[in-house]
Amino acid sequence: MTDFKSLRAELLSEIEAVKDLDGLERLRVASLGKKGKITEGMKALGKLDPEERRAQGAALNALKEEATQAIAARTRFFKDLALNARLLEERFDMTLPSRPEREGRIHPISQTMDELLQIFGAMGFAVAEGPDVEDDFHNFAALNIPPEHPARQMHDTFYFPPDAKGERKVLRTHTSPVQIRTMQTTKPPIRIIAPGRTYRRDSDITHTPMFHQIEGLLIDRKTHMGHLKGCLIDFCRAFFELDDVPLRFRPSFFPFTEPSAEVDIGCERRKGEIRVGGGADWLEILGCGMVHPKVLANCGIDPDIYQGFAFGLGVERVAMLKYGIPDLRTFFEADLRWMHHYGFLPLDVPRSAQGGAL
Amino acid sequence: MKFTLGWLKAHLETDADLATIADTLTALGLETEEISNPAETLQGFRVAEILSAEKHPDADRLQVCRVATGEKEVTIVCGAPNARAGLKGVLASPGTVIPASGEVLREGKIRGVTSEGMLCSTAELALGEDHDGIIELPTDARVGDDAAAALGLDDPVLHLGLTPNRGDCLGVRGIARDLAAAGLGKLKPWQETPIPGTFQSPLGVTFDFPKDAHDACPHFVGRYIRGLKNGPSPDWLQRRLLAIGLRPISALVDVTNLMTIELGRPMHVFDADLVKGGLTVRLAREDESLRGLDGKDHALDPEMCVIADANAPLSLAGIVGGVATGCTDETVNVFVESAIFDPVRTAMTGRKLNVETDARHRFERGVDPAMVAPGMEMATRLLLEFCGGEPSECVVAGAEARREQTVPFRPSRVASLGGVELPEKETLAILKRLGFEDEEKGGTHRMCVPSWRHDIEGEADLVEEALRVHGYDNIPVCPLAPAPTDRADAPPTNGARVGFIRRSLAARGMIEAVTWSFLSSHEAAAFGGSDALCLDNPISAELDRLRPSILPNIILAAGRNAARGMADLALFEIGPQYAGLDAADQALMASGIRAGQTGPRHWQTPARSVDAFDAKADARAGLAAAGVAVAGLETVAEGPAWYHPGRVGTLRYGPKNVLATFGEIHPGVLAHLDVAGPIVGFELFLDHLPAPKTEGRKQRPALDASPFQAVERDFAFVVKESVAAGDLLRAVKKAAGQMVAEVQVFDVYQGKGIAPGHKSLAISVRLQPREKTLTDDEIAAVAEKIVSAVKKATGAELRQ
Repeated sequence: MTDFKSLRAELLSEIEAVKDLDGLERLRVASLGKKGKITEGMKALGKLDPEERRAQGAALNALKEEATQAIAARTRFFKDLALNARLLEERFDMTLPSRPEREGRIHPISQTMDELLQIFGAMGFAVAEGPDVEDDFHNFAALNIPPEHPARQMHDTFYFPPDAKGERKVLRTHTSPVQIRTMQTTKPPIRIIAPGRTYRRDSDITHTPMFHQIEGLLIDRKTHMGHLKGCLIDFCRAFFELDDVPLRFRPSFFPFTEPSAEVDIGCERRKGEIRVGGGADWLEILGCGMVHPKVLANCGIDPDIYQGFAFGLGVERVAMLKYGIPDLRTFFEADLRWMHHYGFLPLDVPRSAQGGAL
Repeated sequence: MKFTLGWLKAHLETDADLATIADTLTALGLETEEISNPAETLQGFRVAEILSAEKHPDADRLQVCRVATGEKEVTIVCGAPNARAGLKGVLASPGTVIPASGEVLREGKIRGVTSEGMLCSTAELALGEDHDGIIELPTDARVGDDAAAALGLDDPVLHLGLTPNRGDCLGVRGIARDLAAAGLGKLKPWQETPIPGTFQSPLGVTFDFPKDAHDACPHFVGRYIRGLKNGPSPDWLQRRLLAIGLRPISALVDVTNLMTIELGRPMHVFDADLVKGGLTVRLAREDESLRGLDGKDHALDPEMCVIADANAPLSLAGIVGGVATGCTDETVNVFVESAIFDPVRTAMTGRKLNVETDARHRFERGVDPAMVAPGMEMATRLLLEFCGGEPSECVVAGAEARREQTVPFRPSRVASLGGVELPEKETLAILKRLGFEDEEKGGTHRMCVPSWRHDIEGEADLVEEALRVHGYDNIPVCPLAPAPTDRADAPPTNGARVGFIRRSLAARGMIEAVTWSFLSSHEAAAFGGSDALCLDNPISAELDRLRPSILPNIILAAGRNAARGMADLALFEIGPQYAGLDAADQALMASGIRAGQTGPRHWQTPARSVDAFDAKADARAGLAAAGVAVAGLETVAEGPAWYHPGRVGTLRYGPKNVLATFGEIHPGVLAHLDVAGPIVGFELFLDHLPAPKTEGRKQRPALDASPFQAVERDFAFVVKESVAAGDLLRAVKKAAGQMVAEVQVFDVYQGKGIAPGHKSLAISVRLQPREKTLTDDEIAAVAEKIVSAVKKATGAELRQ
């Protein structure tokens, strides 16, 4: 038995003293290998009587297990040491820049359109579209705009040369022709929103020859001015993200609505900036009204049965207001500096589009 | 429409304060755009009198004036033609801020003479547009007094923005009538007692219109007044005109301006002694012309209505009088005109000749036809009062052109259309106050439209009348009902998928631009498109036609950004392009470019120029974002001529189903646009996207993940240079059939070891068994099949 004690002590102190993985391997072979001390001891057991064999065998097995574990622990220690040493050699200068990637942006017009369509979509308005190149009927006549109306003049409306039949197409001056196209093909009830490019022959600080509008149209049997107010108040609250937006409905005039209204939003003008939602000033943001009976009739809808409202708003205008963009003309210049500054991150999807509350 | 509070109160008896009046006007649809009180901006300006005016020694057009300020005498150099001794004007002393320019006036030397101040015009005081001369104050103005008071400008001025349907409010009385209807006071009675004529007018009036033009002037009343004396109008009238920015000229002219502003009833006064023979109201003849009181010569055409004498047109009907018969200080006999002219013809003529006058503004919106004779009586009264003289009997052509119009009206429509439960009595009372007479019969109402309201045509108009007087603010807000489920919507649009494309391109580092739908014909030339796209009236030569492609616009934008030092960029736009003028010719596109280097120089990654494969990646990513199964698309080496002919590709399902084109922009096209390359681009045809699966199951089929080990094998084929990699890959896929999970080209090599005119394509093939693990023999068999199929399809040999 004294044999075992000294063998164990000797083995463990050797394991403790070994300097590296190679030494450890040599030690493992010398103790646990085929000709190792413990293996030899195992072999010698056969010569003993059964009782002694059992006792010594158990002791030897315990020693073998203990030595194996000690070697494994020591191996892990040397491996960790080696890894740590290696990693310390592998330093990066982490202040160096990572590989370049481009940063994209969404144009404020698209972002604002997404928001508008989202809000009106939640109110049950479906998107409708129409062509940019329109005929006189859809852009003017059906909308109760008489031939001598100033809006039809060459200095206001873009015209194409007359075709073989002498008819001149125009670039639509508003998104209202989509109303006409929808009413011509759809039986009420109708609830649509029509976004798109519109064109007027105008170019100065506050006008560009192309701009964007959205047009809303709701036709049924019962909708009246009170609903129009409700719809637009809800819209303004959602769009400007304000619980209470002061709105003013003012009698106005459009050939295609009667009664007609313009909607002003309460705002504050300070140092050339406009803040929406309170203050002493009013700013016109959209035009609306009950669809003119003649317009309904022009589209084959009986004005004695059906009625409803329409509204139109300038997308650039509300985008400028909401996001504090000072100059209309910059929208269309494709200046990278402007787009980086006023543009939106690619995944900045309007909140409600992700299922959140408006 | 500008008027003063005092002027309004001449017609409206009210205790309401200015703010209430302004708010009520806006609530009525007569929007108060501005209230100004000139007295505030005119502090420091004083009444001064010119004592003497001598020609400037060194300047023909200048005079040196001695001016009394009330405190002292000063010298002032003045260029106004009307500066003369005895004139009382408005003096700005050094240190005063000039309202028009916002600058502080300083003493200065003008051609060697020191000027100690300035005598002001209405323009300089920002009271009007008139630069022709300095203000002439009434003679009773006291030297040294505040100019504002002397000008009658201590009366606030309201500026209304009127909608074109409210011609009746282009006169102060019409505005007063609306305010009274809204309960803000009482309209003061006004009636002219006809003044009997004492002789027959020596000038007659006849109409001479072709059959289809009788409406050009349906009613004309004229009157001769003899023996009057023209001169300055009374101070109260001058002050009113000055306050709203009109320069008093003479009693004869000022009376017509008063009629225009007060009643919305423009008049004209001819110097009768300069009229040859009787007056004829007729259409102008070809080659006739008229020098107007605006100082311009107007070439007339037979669409225009004129008032002519035996020789020539004297006045452009309803727009502007002629110089030849204009009144002067010497005028003693006049012929006064009060008439109605056709709004449309007046508007067309005014537009053609580009003449904007207060008269035109009113006639084209409709003047009250019932006011022709009363207007004449009022003007006569004022002219006799100011200038004396003797009036003739009136001469009349045509007759009152009032349209007798009644509109059936159900008062219940105020609730069902307007949303306000207004008692019927109240509705009818509002309409009555506005001048509508109710011709009720057995409970059915027919409203007779007053002569001044040309804009009322139907029941909806009457609902608006009731609503606006009651107040739009008082319409109760109703929530919108949920959308009905039985509606037939417009066909579904591409909206959502277009949004995915937009945001995926942006996520790839591209910046979204929105550019004009226009471009110049020069720029368009390289991108096809028909000449039918040219506008008849473009805004400029740079934007003279619709764009046949989005690419030129964003390429030009890249050029502009490069000029600012940002040559490396990635831009895209989603929008329309046009092949013609029909609706079907408009295509929705997502088009993008990358220019210059792929990124900034970097310590780790060498910079490289953009190439066609960047554009291909963008195109595929955009399509993939829209849900297109891009793996099934074929790429063919063809595309539009604005791409490099050797570096262009088309992504398609078949020859008639093209989803995208991409490639390097042709260097010749870039040179044509004067933009430096390289630039690569793509164009996605969003109208060609396969229809999304909108209906049916949202559930996915069960995942089919094979439990058997996949095997990867590499091959290197040597093929002729002209062989397309795509053809080789197709052969591989066909040969290996169902078992192919993936095929990749991982190397393309030409050079040492490869025969000239040939290339080596290294591909890896991943085989995924479905039923059991593949044995070596089975793998070898598939490999052999692949090699022989590729050889057959492309003539390839395995690289040794």
